[in-house]
Amino acid sequence: MLNTETIIQIHHLKFKRGQREIFRDMNIEIPKGKITAILGPSGSGKTTLLKMIGGQLSPEAGKVVVKGNDLALLTRSELFELRKKMGMLFQSGALFSDMSVFENVAFPLKVNTNLGEGLIRDIVLMKLQAVGLRGACELMPSELSGGMARRVALARAIALDPEIVMYDEPFAGQDPIGMGVLVELIKKLNKSLGHTSVIISHDIQETLSIADHICIMSEGVVIAQGSADEIKESTLENVQQFINGYPDGPVPFHYPSEDIMQQLMTEN
Amino acid sequence: MFDMLAALGRQGISYIASLGKATLVVIHALFVWPQPIKNMPLLLKQLYSVGVKSLLIITVSGLFIGMVLGLQGYTILVDFGSEQSVGQMVALSLVRELAPVVTALLFAGRAGSALTAEIGLMKATEQLASLEMIGVDPLRRVVAPRLWAGFISMPILSMIFAAVGIYGGALVSVDWLGVYSGSFWSVMQASVDFYDDVLNGIIKALVFGLVVTWIAVYQGLECIPTSEGIAQSTTRTVVYSSLMILALDFVLTALMFGDI
Repeated sequence: MLNTETIIQIHHLKFKRGQREIFRDMNIEIPKGKITAILGPSGSGKTTLLKMIGGQLSPEAGKVVVKGNDLALLTRSELFELRKKMGMLFQSGALFSDMSVFENVAFPLKVNTNLGEGLIRDIVLMKLQAVGLRGACELMPSELSGGMARRVALARAIALDPEIVMYDEPFAGQDPIGMGVLVELIKKLNKSLGHTSVIISHDIQETLSIADHICIMSEGVVIAQGSADEIKESTLENVQQFINGYPDGPVPFHYPSEDIMQQLMTEN
Repeated sequence: MFDMLAALGRQGISYIASLGKATLVVIHALFVWPQPIKNMPLLLKQLYSVGVKSLLIITVSGLFIGMVLGLQGYTILVDFGSEQSVGQMVALSLVRELAPVVTALLFAGRAGSALTAEIGLMKATEQLASLEMIGVDPLRRVVAPRLWAGFISMPILSMIFAAVGIYGGALVSVDWLGVYSGSFWSVMQASVDFYDDVLNGIIKALVFGLVVTWIAVYQGLECIPTSEGIAQSTTRTVVYSSLMILALDFVLTALMFGDI
């Protein structure tokens, strides 16, 4: 673990979805002011983990502490207050479809602050300038490409200058240019605004290139953590399979099933 | 045998849990400190969406149901020589029963299904989760204005339905079938009581409005966020609302007019 102050602590987290165990005994500490990447194969519970940090899901056991607050002990209104200090970039962008780009970015400022219209306008334009979409402020979400929508969502996520910004699969479905733009943006914003970034992703190379601290999740626990170099040099078989993209290994290619010959020989 | 009992128990527990969750939704959405200035534009938008946009179907249905009542009433009453009472029959049928019930059924089909689909789609596209992460409670921002809009619109729509229906009844029985206009209106005026008939009809409409919008928003919030899930929830809204309207109508009628 990095020798620095932590802003999010996750201790002995357990969570099930139906019969499936998502987290067995998850422990993660996220350092303040750094970019932390949480990597893991699809279905390993990365988005679920973000939802738990945001207090949208509650664990069955263990605790999630954000900025010194145990989320399980907060009232509904205290939780909503805490969320004002967090920003989240959703995988789909999650822009409000009945609002323009400008209104989407202005929304958190309008509902959570008492700033005047003029000041809100200036902040929104600055945030849109930061993501390169000031010129698109009059467009509706339906008129944006996937990459543009994600950048608008990023501008909205940082509108209130949050202390923690969470990115849910920010690079998924992006073309190389869009991906490069987002990588640079996340890095630049983290440096200039000084917030803590938590990135959930399975795009290894892009994430390793910007993350200060990396955790790799598998089967409900963290199997490796450290800097990008430490992760690359890990001797663990499942870490190597994941970062090098081997189709078969500790994470099997085939979904558990009976022997194929036996199944083929069985009459219906 | 035990498996069947266990399945029945599971279903019962899940049903009670859903009922509890739905009650919490209403309590969180409605019984919070009101912010009328901040929330008024949201309420007005919903009043337009669920109320004004339902006007066409409500007025057209009201007109035709009133016309049918006038025609049916006349053909039955004329045999007894009491066709002058057709106005009373049309008005009482409409204000006591048909206006609140038919309006609520149409409201569930037009506005209720739209509410479920809208909220379900907001859930599927993570807009509700996004609101939560911005620090805005979706129950206050999304659910409360819709519940209030349904609660306010339904009695108004029901009154419009009754008024247009009575006009439809007059059109057929007076203008077409030749019932004396003075008798039609005076018998109606003498027999319809404001408190017993009109007010009870409005109370029914208020109850139906709350129940239909409650079912609609809850189904939207709880839907499985896929196209199939949204379709199922929309269907459930119409089915559950219709059943609740008819069942509650019996209960309310028994309480209001059954002398119990």
